[in-house]
Amino acid sequence: MFVPLTWALVGLSLAAMAYAIALAARDKRISWPLLGVLGVVEVGLLAQLVVGIVQLVGTDRDVSGPFFVGYLIGSLLVLPVGALWALAESSRWGAGALAVACFVMPVVELRLHQIWVA
Amino acid sequence: MTSPEATRHGPGRILILVYGVFALSATARAGVQIALQFAEAPIAYLLSAVAAVIYCAATFALAKATALSRRVATIAIAIELIGVLGIGAFSYAVPEDFPEATVWSHFGQGYGFVPLVLPILGLLWLRRTR
Repeated sequence: MFVPLTWALVGLSLAAMAYAIALAARDKRISWPLLGVLGVVEVGLLAQLVVGIVQLVGTDRDVSGPFFVGYLIGSLLVLPVGALWALAESSRWGAGALAVACFVMPVVELRLHQIWVA
Repeated sequence: MTSPEATRHGPGRILILVYGVFALSATARAGVQIALQFAEAPIAYLLSAVAAVIYCAATFALAKATALSRRVATIAIAIELIGVLGIGAFSYAVPEDFPEATVWSHFGQGYGFVPLVLPILGLLWLRRTR
């Protein structure tokens, strides 16, 4: 795995989570800047999918391919689906739900790392 | 008596999102396990599949939020609670029968005990929005 990219994705996701929590705390709805940050994360995740598969093909270590690629693909779904689900809520809980979706990303990255080094 | 719609609003948004994450991950995990390594631990992988079906049912039933789907959700989440308590207890009592971790092994320890807390919150939320 390309570690700097992973750290950037974790950092951005946590920043987006803090932003979403701040919005929810002030009874605000999800904002465009927040969705913009998530868009950047999503582009990074796409890059990670490509880099990850290339490295998986290139490695001679025994990495569990199906789980690794499964997590790479699954990671792409969380934010768009979470954002659509959260946007359909007109109360502060929309931003709250998006904060939870953001928190899922570092967890997925941790799992990816564990599968990669195992 | 609140409208059944209330189930998917407010804190329910977060609850259903977490259910969705577990539905997605449990389904993908069970799919890979059964397709590629079923013979290694058939009981554990079948349990993974059962858990996946229950998470999917609970997610969709909670998200649909009709009077009928709320009943489906209640049944699914009750089974989920029994499952996590039963499998959790069994995995401590006879660890040799659980060589591969399922989502409910050790009361969901591998997932930060979220699988244990989730059905309790789910049932409380269904009661609250009755």
